[in-house]
Amino acid sequence: MDFDLSDEQRLFKESLERLLGDRYAFEQRKGYGQSPVGWSRDLWAQYAELGLLGLPFPEGYGGAGGGYVETMIAMEAFGRALTLEPFFATVVLGGGFLRHGGGAEQCAELVPKIAEGSLTLAFAHTERHSRYDLADIETKAVRDGSGWVLEGEKGVVLHGDSADKLIVTARTAGARRDRDGVGVFLVDGKADGVSRRGYPTQDGLRAAEIAFAQVRVGSEGVLGEPGAALPLVERVVDEAIAALCAEAVGAMAIMHELTIDYLKTRRQFGREIGSFQILQHRAVDMLIALEQARSMAMFATMMAAEENGAERGNAISAAKVQIGRSGKFVGQQAIQLHGGIGMTMEYKLGHYFKRVTMIDTMFGDADHHLRALARDGASPAAG
Amino acid sequence: MDLRFTPEELGFRDEVRAFFRANLPEGIRTKLAEGKKLAKDDIVIWQRILNKKGWAVANWPVEWGGTGWTPVQQYIFQEELQLTPAPQPLGFGVTMVGPVVIAFGSEEQKRRHLPAIANLDVWWCQGFSEPGAGSDLASLRTAAKRDGDYYIVNGQKTWTTLAQHADWIFCLVRTDPQAKKQEGISFLLIDMKTPGVTVRPIITIEGGHEVNEVFFDDAKVPAENLVGQENKGWDYAKYLLGRERTGIARVGLSKERIRRIKELAAMERLGDKPLIEDERFREKLAAVEVELKALEMTQLRVVAAERHRTDNKPDPASSILKIKGSEIQQATTELLMEVVGPYAMPYQPERDDEERWNEPSIGPEWAGPIAPTYFNWRKTSIYGGTNEIQKNIIAKAILGL
Repeated sequence: MDFDLSDEQRLFKESLERLLGDRYAFEQRKGYGQSPVGWSRDLWAQYAELGLLGLPFPEGYGGAGGGYVETMIAMEAFGRALTLEPFFATVVLGGGFLRHGGGAEQCAELVPKIAEGSLTLAFAHTERHSRYDLADIETKAVRDGSGWVLEGEKGVVLHGDSADKLIVTARTAGARRDRDGVGVFLVDGKADGVSRRGYPTQDGLRAAEIAFAQVRVGSEGVLGEPGAALPLVERVVDEAIAALCAEAVGAMAIMHELTIDYLKTRRQFGREIGSFQILQHRAVDMLIALEQARSMAMFATMMAAEENGAERGNAISAAKVQIGRSGKFVGQQAIQLHGGIGMTMEYKLGHYFKRVTMIDTMFGDADHHLRALARDGASPAAG
Repeated sequence: MDLRFTPEELGFRDEVRAFFRANLPEGIRTKLAEGKKLAKDDIVIWQRILNKKGWAVANWPVEWGGTGWTPVQQYIFQEELQLTPAPQPLGFGVTMVGPVVIAFGSEEQKRRHLPAIANLDVWWCQGFSEPGAGSDLASLRTAAKRDGDYYIVNGQKTWTTLAQHADWIFCLVRTDPQAKKQEGISFLLIDMKTPGVTVRPIITIEGGHEVNEVFFDDAKVPAENLVGQENKGWDYAKYLLGRERTGIARVGLSKERIRRIKELAAMERLGDKPLIEDERFREKLAAVEVELKALEMTQLRVVAAERHRTDNKPDPASSILKIKGSEIQQATTELLMEVVGPYAMPYQPERDDEERWNEPSIGPEWAGPIAPTYFNWRKTSIYGGTNEIQKNIIAKAILGL
């Protein structure tokens, strides 16, 4: 039982925080967001230099050999800085598919490019009707010689507008929500038949609606086992949720810090508003929500490594419930305690609130995961 | 960072678990599991079993019978007690007055009191709260006036838990009425047999007798029973309250309650299926389980951070434990109410063994204690500093507001 970071991990955390401290002031961030891709290629190169982009990959492929704790450290720092770059889409989601579903040749070809910053990825999965059901896929993959042909539409693909390659889920067999018959395919973002409509998201990131019209994928573009890839998707999504939890904790921590600072400086009725007990108690309730969320982000990080899918899924769901509930409370109360200034676009608080709110809608909100736990987790056998 | 127990820690847990299984009288375990009242003897018998094993005062320094366990081992021991479930060693002695005597008492006081605390030869109770001093504890008025080799004590304590069993009471008393309120308080040990000390029961809403009023009417207390220095009692009390950081969350107890809720909800039926299969019930239960898992991790963070502690300042995470722990305990009692349904209604006061009726229980045999436990458990967000006082403390000490 040990919650301490190793010296190496602490050093890594400090160097990343230093970089973000220098380069990610709120005003600088606005500038990055205005670039055509919506993020900074310059910062991306800096991340590569720091070894961040190869973080979770084995050293044999040019990665840094980091584990889930390193990913947690990075995501929390990104949450604190509210970064725009596609680390989550490329390294966590895309990297997850390569680590768990990629063959040796695919990894040897792609991982070095990710690590050096010349390849970005996006996960094209959600469809208009599927909400948070990972198996609810209509996009078709039809055998074509040694390869496949994809046909269908994907939505809300995070960083899908700028990604060099797309990781696409498609059905090789079966009906819409069947667990069997799911495949995962790697498609070039500029391939014939791919059309992308990019747009900004509420929280200042970018996403895309993407149509696939008779898109050909060679055998080198198959990840995992076509027709039996749902467990791969679940595994990668579980890891991604753990990473999102850490990002949310970083963002919540900043919202709490901003609020405490504000309570100490804002004066009304001739005194600091932080001297009012009702606001003090609210701030304590926010702290409790934050610390409970931090505990669960750590729990999710630990359980991301669990091989038993049911146990891992329950733990990840529990964490996402806590993150969703804490995030909503901390975010709403941070805005409330700031009053009018919290409502303005030019103040950074609202941007953190929006990010945390959007994290709740990614891969299942608090209610979705509570339902999942109630279905699978609360039985006497599992207790 | 490795959040799992080490193989050594798991081995320790197995050892503790095996000892409890082999040595805890089944009758005591059953009473606790069913939410029934323990007799004084149940607690005494078990603490003596633990003391023989050398585990009754695990948290004390080794020279006074402590175990020298790491904070994680201490945590595992507490957790296993709650999960079994087994009685805690009597806290008034083991975690309250004992550590104060060890830190501030005289050699004579240590020799006299510590072994008796460990073996529960002497039952202690706590004399802090007064009718006019609850959340504002420092406004206490019970007076101890020095008269030669004695203090003459006059006043009243209240909410004195299990004073009806107690042989001794440790009290905060006012020794300097002129001083600022925190500065005129002393920490005094008083034999309950002292003439002028009387105990009157307070019956709480569920019908039980846990707490009492204790009256002091010219009680003559030998001056040698003063702990440490006169008028320094507030510091000792703060030391006492600051030490017990992690036990108050009672994660193990809530886990055991949830296990029980599942067991009973599988037996009760809602329409044509077991209550445990009702979606809405399961969601409520799952929500409590999520909160409890988060609290468990928070508690482990506090425990793991203990070894880095160099001062007496509370870890920010530890502040959560009392508030969240009591809220979750209360939530489990509400779920049990939902499980029992209409048979929450019959009032069936528990009787001591010697006056036990031969009549069968009304409704399911496990139903009797459920509503009383729900009513009684409202105390957990009040005692030990109300949750509102906890928030005041956190706002000041941690948030700097």
